[in-house]
Amino acid sequence: MKYGVNEQGYYGDFGGAYVPEMLYPNVEELRQQYLTILNDPDFKAEFNQLLKDYVGRPSPLYYAKRYSEKYGANIFLKREDLNHTGSHKINNAIGQILLAQRLGKKRIIAETGAGQHGVATATVCALKGIECVVYMGEVDMERQAPNVARMKMLGAKVVPAMSGSRTLKDATNEALRDWIANPVDTHYIIGSVVGPYPYPDMVARFQSIISFETKKQLFEHTGKELPEYVMACVGGGSNAMGMFYHFLDDESVRLIAVEAAGKGVNSGHSAATTFLGKEGVLHGSRTILMQTEDGQVVEPYSISAGLDYPGIGPQHAHLYKIKRAEYASVTDDEALQAGLLCCQLEGIIPAIESAHALAQLEKMKFKKDDNVVICLSGRGDKDLNTYIKYFNY
Amino acid sequence: MSYEPSNNMNRLNQLFATKGNNLLSIYYTAGYPELNSTLDIAEALEKAGVDFLEIGFPYSDPVADGPTIQNSSQQALDSGMTLKVLFEQLKDLRKRISIPILLMGYVNPIMQYGVERFCKQAAEVGVDGVIVPDLPIYEYETIYAKYFKGNNLSNIFLITPQTSPDRISKIDDLSNSFIYLLSSSSITGGSLNVSDSIEAYYTRVKAMNLKNPTIIGFGISDNATFTKACQYANGAIVGSKFVKLLEEDNYLEKIPAFVQSIRPIY
Repeated sequence: MKYGVNEQGYYGDFGGAYVPEMLYPNVEELRQQYLTILNDPDFKAEFNQLLKDYVGRPSPLYYAKRYSEKYGANIFLKREDLNHTGSHKINNAIGQILLAQRLGKKRIIAETGAGQHGVATATVCALKGIECVVYMGEVDMERQAPNVARMKMLGAKVVPAMSGSRTLKDATNEALRDWIANPVDTHYIIGSVVGPYPYPDMVARFQSIISFETKKQLFEHTGKELPEYVMACVGGGSNAMGMFYHFLDDESVRLIAVEAAGKGVNSGHSAATTFLGKEGVLHGSRTILMQTEDGQVVEPYSISAGLDYPGIGPQHAHLYKIKRAEYASVTDDEALQAGLLCCQLEGIIPAIESAHALAQLEKMKFKKDDNVVICLSGRGDKDLNTYIKYFNY
Repeated sequence: MSYEPSNNMNRLNQLFATKGNNLLSIYYTAGYPELNSTLDIAEALEKAGVDFLEIGFPYSDPVADGPTIQNSSQQALDSGMTLKVLFEQLKDLRKRISIPILLMGYVNPIMQYGVERFCKQAAEVGVDGVIVPDLPIYEYETIYAKYFKGNNLSNIFLITPQTSPDRISKIDDLSNSFIYLLSSSSITGGSLNVSDSIEAYYTRVKAMNLKNPTIIGFGISDNATFTKACQYANGAIVGSKFVKLLEEDNYLEKIPAFVQSIRPIY
């Protein structure tokens, strides 16, 4: 693949595996084995079976008629919100638990921000009867209490990350520290296309089912495999990478990634990484991240806990730098309004993360026959409190 | 004894050439407990007989460190410590201190400062080596090595009980002063439990007859752990335990007794 990863784990200037020696054997074991395991027929069969029977795939590609009328183009929603556990995160969690089993691992750790990846990981650990420890920032545990309860019901131990800003980046640090202390029996299920190589490539491959299905489904709808536009929200960027993956080499397809501007890109309360970030190293890969002049990581802000991350995956950084994908940003207010509009036009309550991608529709100029696919990455049940508070229901 | 660099040997090389064992190194975070305490602490440690120092420059997300060092880093950052401030503080380093000095920190602050500028200024103020735990070998060889070597700075690599013999040999080839032997696969601030497997690892590394000396770190906190480490390596590094001392009042006055408690002068 033209935009894929090279042997050293780089996408152009970005990627690599910037890990301390204590993590080197863990990451190296994965690097040596992941492609062999992923290409193994038994692995593929079990992965596809679980995606079908347990997750409920393929997720529908829904022609959104009223959206299409409003925006003057053919708008399709890729319904990852209908997956078991309510978002695209389960695709990766299923893939990695099967990989962990084949590596002989007895214990799973994960980080989570909003709790969606934590819930997905706790779910697959229950499914396979494997011990599960989820690190979650103390602040996020308070913000996302229902997901903490879900993880506990599923048998996971939820450990509060008390260091730093006590949010997603600190939960990631704590998970990495756990992995350092438990290098032999533990697999770390990273939830996004971030981290040291091979994680960004591995997670992208597990999420690529999204665009794989979309091509076929769009052909059934329109007689064409390729849309004019593909759109998705970006925190670390896993749903976007899954949504872009099989369109990357089709240069006619415009790829639009939507970041969280929070209270405004220049408000000092934002998570719009490509607008505010610079090149550097975060969580094991060279990428673009929000940081001070001195190279200290800046705490981002978004109303959406899933987009509240100071970096983006290294492949996104590459697609941004070479301009293969376009990076836009949407504020809290725009996203919440777009979420409500989706409820009222299409009868779907979207996750606030996904609502960022929907909000970008307002800023696009489409031609009448354009086909536009938007990844509806998750459902909004977890965000009801935020919606209720914002709209005073 | 003076350790002035000559013939491309920096102070570290000279130290290892003249004193082969029971070496004691201390780690502490620059700018902690007070923004301007960096050189005062170095001076007190040299007077107390410490052989070389590791001065940490703080980072917001230090994944290889435990809570003690992370907290000291955060407090140093809050006080205004940056690489620019640190190099300013170290301008008088060689007027006051003659033992070898290493800087230790994560790669992102170096990248933002500019690796060339970082190495040049480190050499100018009299730093002898650098420890960057999250700088991989590939990136070191392809990008960083020329700046390190060009400024006569030693790059210190880490090895753990999980590091393979092939990789240890490669690290030995790339090293030019000493190798940092982690006592266990853990973050800083844990306790050193010398189990049979760890002992086997020390013995295995010792039997490899590496060309570089080894120094054991992580979990060294008293005379017993220091002495144990020195059976297998040329010396040991104390970090978190010392940083905890710096939390106390009158910490400068307590430094000689602290050093004595780790390595008594007989």
